[in-house]
Amino acid sequence: MINWLANPARFMRLSAKTLPWCGWAAVTFLVVGLYWSLVVAPPDYQQGDTVRIMYVHVPAAWWALGVYLFVALASAVALVWRHPLAQVAAREAAPIGAAFTFVCLASGSLWGRPMWGTWWVWDARLTSMLILFFLYLGDIALANAFEDPSRGGRAGSVLALVGVVNLPIIKFSVDWWNTLHQPASVMRLGGSTIAFSMLAPLLVMATGFGLLFVALLMLRMRSALNERRAMALRLNAGGPQALRSEREQPVPARTAPQS
Amino acid sequence: MNGISGLLAMGGYASFVWPAYGIALAVLGGVAAQAWRRYRASLLALDRLQQHRASRR
Repeated sequence: MINWLANPARFMRLSAKTLPWCGWAAVTFLVVGLYWSLVVAPPDYQQGDTVRIMYVHVPAAWWALGVYLFVALASAVALVWRHPLAQVAAREAAPIGAAFTFVCLASGSLWGRPMWGTWWVWDARLTSMLILFFLYLGDIALANAFEDPSRGGRAGSVLALVGVVNLPIIKFSVDWWNTLHQPASVMRLGGSTIAFSMLAPLLVMATGFGLLFVALLMLRMRSALNERRAMALRLNAGGPQALRSEREQPVPARTAPQS
Repeated sequence: MNGISGLLAMGGYASFVWPAYGIALAVLGGVAAQAWRRYRASLLALDRLQQHRASRR
């Protein structure tokens, strides 16, 4: 499976077919999910309408962790097997994960203010989530800090693997320490304790977020492979002569951010 | 508190609920828009480069 996926040409063919489906499915799930969570779902008997923040906060949090796990696994595959696509996948997934983490932190803050009376507390769950955000930013910065993208990619991969230790800390922070944050109510031993009328829109939104991640990842990986191919064409054109003729007849050589 | 005005009021929590959704839309929409622009640009650059090379042969 890993070797089968290692072929960039095969990835380009496969993603060209699946990307539109994935993108439209994401839009559909998100539109339905938004209507369900903002209009159909009932207000909470204690939290009133602020509970609706959950429908963006919790999917963003799940995928912030899920994308980090993906980045770490792809990084491991890239480091161990020198898998050409895994490095691209890890680097292109990280900014999407950072965006999910930011949405989680911002929406959590907007939920905390009316319900806890504070925008922010330095407790275990919130702090470990903030560290996840910094891990993402560090990974992105490190991967871009080298002139040679493959060296940067390896450095970013090592950081991503070290940061994995943070994932169980986030997950179990609500059990290990006293915190304002509520404990798990969906993914817990002994079954979910959330009402179906709230669980259903939550799962629809979470599916929408997941499809959005896959669609954006494919789009970004395709861009990166196009950029890499353009770079190879420019370099293979035949040394200084080709470079000179390109200068005379300028080709829009977009030096894209290798993020 | 029904209909559109009821929805907008969010039971008195409008100033927390709507910004939360707004931030999510702005951030994820921004990431998506950037990814799409970059993809178009990468296609265009590759296309021009290949045409340019073909015309020199």
